Amino acid sequence: MKFFITIILIALLSFAACLYLPWWSIAIVAFLVTVLINQKPLPSFLAGFIAVFILWTILAAVISSANEHALVQKFSMLILKSNTSSLLIILTGFIGGLVAGLGALTGSFMRKRAKA
Amino acid sequence: MRIIPLAISAIATTAVVILLNTKYVLQAPLGKLLAPQSGIWQNAEDAKTKKSLDLKFPQLKGKTEVYFDERMVPHIFADNETDAIFVQGYLHARDRLWQMDLQVKSAAGRVSEVIGDKGLEHDREFRRLGMVYGAENSLKQMEADPEIKAICDAYTDGINAYILSLSEAELPIEYKLIGYEPELWSNFKTALFLKYMSYDLAARESDFEMTNAKSFFSKEDFDLLYPATQDSLDPIIPKGTVYTEPAIKPVAPASADSLYFKSVNVGSSNKPDPSNGSNNWAVSGSKTTTGAPILCNDPHLGLNLPSLWYEIQIHTPQYNAYGVSFPGAPCVIIGFNDSCAFGFTNGGRDVRDYYEIEFKDAARTQYLFNGEWKNTEFRYEEIKIAGKPSIIDTVAYTVFGPVMFDASFGAKRGTNKKNYAVRWKAHDASNELRIFYQLDKAKNYNDYLQAVSNLHTPGQNVVFACKNGDIALRTQGEWPAKWKGQGDFVMPGTDSSYMWQGMIPNAETPFQFNPERGFVSSANQKPADTTYPYYLGREYPVYRGVIVNRMLDTMQMIDVDKMKAMQTDNFNVLAQITLPVLLKNLDEAALNSSGKKYAAMLRGWDLRNDPQSTGATVFEEVWKKLRSLTFDDEFKNAPQPILIPFDNTLADALVKDSAWKFFDNIETAEKETLPQIFAQAIAKVAPELEEAETKGKLQWAAFKDTRITHLARLNEFSSLHLPIGGGTNNINATKETHGPSWRMIVSLTDKTEAWGIYPGGQSGNPGSKYYNNFVQDWALGKYYRLWFMTREEQADKRVQLKMSFSKG
Repeated sequence: MKFFITIILIALLSFAACLYLPWWSIAIVAFLVTVLINQKPLPSFLAGFIAVFILWTILAAVISSANEHALVQKFSMLILKSNTSSLLIILTGFIGGLVAGLGALTGSFMRKRAKA
Repeated sequence: MRIIPLAISAIATTAVVILLNTKYVLQAPLGKLLAPQSGIWQNAEDAKTKKSLDLKFPQLKGKTEVYFDERMVPHIFADNETDAIFVQGYLHARDRLWQMDLQVKSAAGRVSEVIGDKGLEHDREFRRLGMVYGAENSLKQMEADPEIKAICDAYTDGINAYILSLSEAELPIEYKLIGYEPELWSNFKTALFLKYMSYDLAARESDFEMTNAKSFFSKEDFDLLYPATQDSLDPIIPKGTVYTEPAIKPVAPASADSLYFKSVNVGSSNKPDPSNGSNNWAVSGSKTTTGAPILCNDPHLGLNLPSLWYEIQIHTPQYNAYGVSFPGAPCVIIGFNDSCAFGFTNGGRDVRDYYEIEFKDAARTQYLFNGEWKNTEFRYEEIKIAGKPSIIDTVAYTVFGPVMFDASFGAKRGTNKKNYAVRWKAHDASNELRIFYQLDKAKNYNDYLQAVSNLHTPGQNVVFACKNGDIALRTQGEWPAKWKGQGDFVMPGTDSSYMWQGMIPNAETPFQFNPERGFVSSANQKPADTTYPYYLGREYPVYRGVIVNRMLDTMQMIDVDKMKAMQTDNFNVLAQITLPVLLKNLDEAALNSSGKKYAAMLRGWDLRNDPQSTGATVFEEVWKKLRSLTFDDEFKNAPQPILIPFDNTLADALVKDSAWKFFDNIETAEKETLPQIFAQAIAKVAPELEEAETKGKLQWAAFKDTRITHLARLNEFSSLHLPIGGGTNNINATKETHGPSWRMIVSLTDKTEAWGIYPGGQSGNPGSKYYNNFVQDWALGKYYRLWFMTREEQADKRVQLKMSFSKG
């Protein structure tokens, strides 16, 4: 349960933070949430990763589908040399997930240290 | 103790963020770019456009409504003129901000600020040519004219209103990719943009190349290679026109023969694309089915995405104009209004000359002029470079203009360390916007005359047609009155006798008004024949003019469809003139089976550069090879760079004399004439043609491979491999990256009927479906009917989006 709450909280707060702050604020959000909701390192990382992976993948997919995938095909050719739009959408999710996951991991270590 | 994992984890997080937020390791800041709420995903425009938008700005005086049609062309209906232009600026920025910003940076020699020292050579060249100096001069004159200042101010305000409303997420994608931000606009930037067009259209010369040629060849050979006449010439103003006695009679300096026409040896500079040309014509009602005049124009320019053009309609209580505008300048540039239509082709006369300066010493503080030491003025050009410290380029200014080339700067050429000042007509103050400002409102021929008298540089052949039946064409511009040969070569800069002695008065502009032949036309050919009392130089394309006039001469009962067919016509006049002579001289026995096959293709060719034609490919390649076999041997040892003679020089020679001196290869013992080198040309290109054939690329469109490239040269944002024919000597002058940038046909019936297309799209955003949606239709020679909207039509189903602007 804790795990799912963490995921939902990170996802929601990351969305809100990115409305006003630079994209990497997702790392800070994930860090703060896992400091608050303490879990073991691996679940923390996974919670952060899954939260933003899902958030960014969905955001990218929704935007791209409204755009009839016009931009994504050109842009994936440019940076991935492939015109499959799903690849870029998944890469987007992965990058967000990785950064948030690392932020969350740091948060979990922080909490353990504070207890000790 | 978890301090070590904590530290490692914190450092790893920071490192990954830095990695993904910068270009230090990865080529692109992937995290920053792909973040869905601020990165490139935000440029993926919703395919379904919004229905309406309300915007309020304090600068506005009244209400303005903008209706966007299915092609996203805005139709602006404004209560007053400056509001209309404010909105034009706002829309230009909304759709084309990055392009506008880049073009102006390029004009000002500020590209290094964006791309680092790769841009330095370009920046130095543009500073030294005096682009900024010229724009400053023009701005003064523009701002001294209250009406023009008012529209410039409104235009600037409109652009800036948009820029200031932009969030990071809304920045055009190119800013995100390259990693910089737009700058605010200013009237000076509008002046710079216009100067950029002068560079594109009126900076062409071959003074250094011709000086090299003159120093290398004997006078006799020089005259053969660079004749002052063209056999096929059909001038813009027909032969036989009588001209008045000239008001200015420029005198060649006494020393011209010894000092000027004698040998010197120099290097040369980059120049704008020599093929910047265009077609325009107007036919009178006597030749049309409706009895109303039809005006056509297709300016040929470098083809890029986003396009140079932006379609627009501007309706105010004073006027109602439709056409294409330049993102970067107010007004409609080529188009029509309720009464008349107007279009342009480039005048192409040489208005950029060089003078060799003798400085007293290396400090360059004084130079010899009229027997005295005259003080130099210096302009210190600070060039900022991304990621590096700025450099200061010190440019010496003389009575002629800036010393463009000196020991410190020779551009991409072998410099001889001498000092050359450039005198360019575009340095002079001028107020070009006034032409468009007045043409947009013109009601009759007199208004047109008034409007175009403001045109100084770039000089243009301005075509005009009016609903009252008038047609006209003026070879307009402020042109230096030159003595014969003046400025063909680099000139001595030690005295005033070589300077331009005056400008040809406007009253002596060659023109036609309602001529008996029932049409006026221009295709960048020489404006007049030798009876025109002023020297016109020698570099003009000749063949498009021939075919345009030939077709218009014979055509009767003209309608819009005939004009469409003509504007996209691929008939090759050069081939028509030369191919029969070449085939008569064909030595079939000298060819192997592959050569024979291609010779047969030439024989069976219909002289049209159509997309599927294989004969066109064979002819174009054989012609190129023929030219190089003719001239390469003689030119091999000449100082570089040098001007290879024009197609029409070779054509005129081979028609007259199959044993022309230059056909002989001077490196062989035997004496070659046309049959030998024509056979050699076929034999030499045969393997290349075989290869193309194997790859399925022998058809002309596939072989030529026309493309429209993104301004940052990103292939993914470009339109490649377009199925279009045409070529240099066709009315459809489409080459690899260059061609008809806007095709327009206006029939001036009671209710104006107009057609047009440009190879691009209204949006500059590669993530928009309106980015390049016109390109394929353009390649196929299709046109869109231009909707000259009225206020009553605001509920029309063509309206996709309505934007309202008001004071607030």
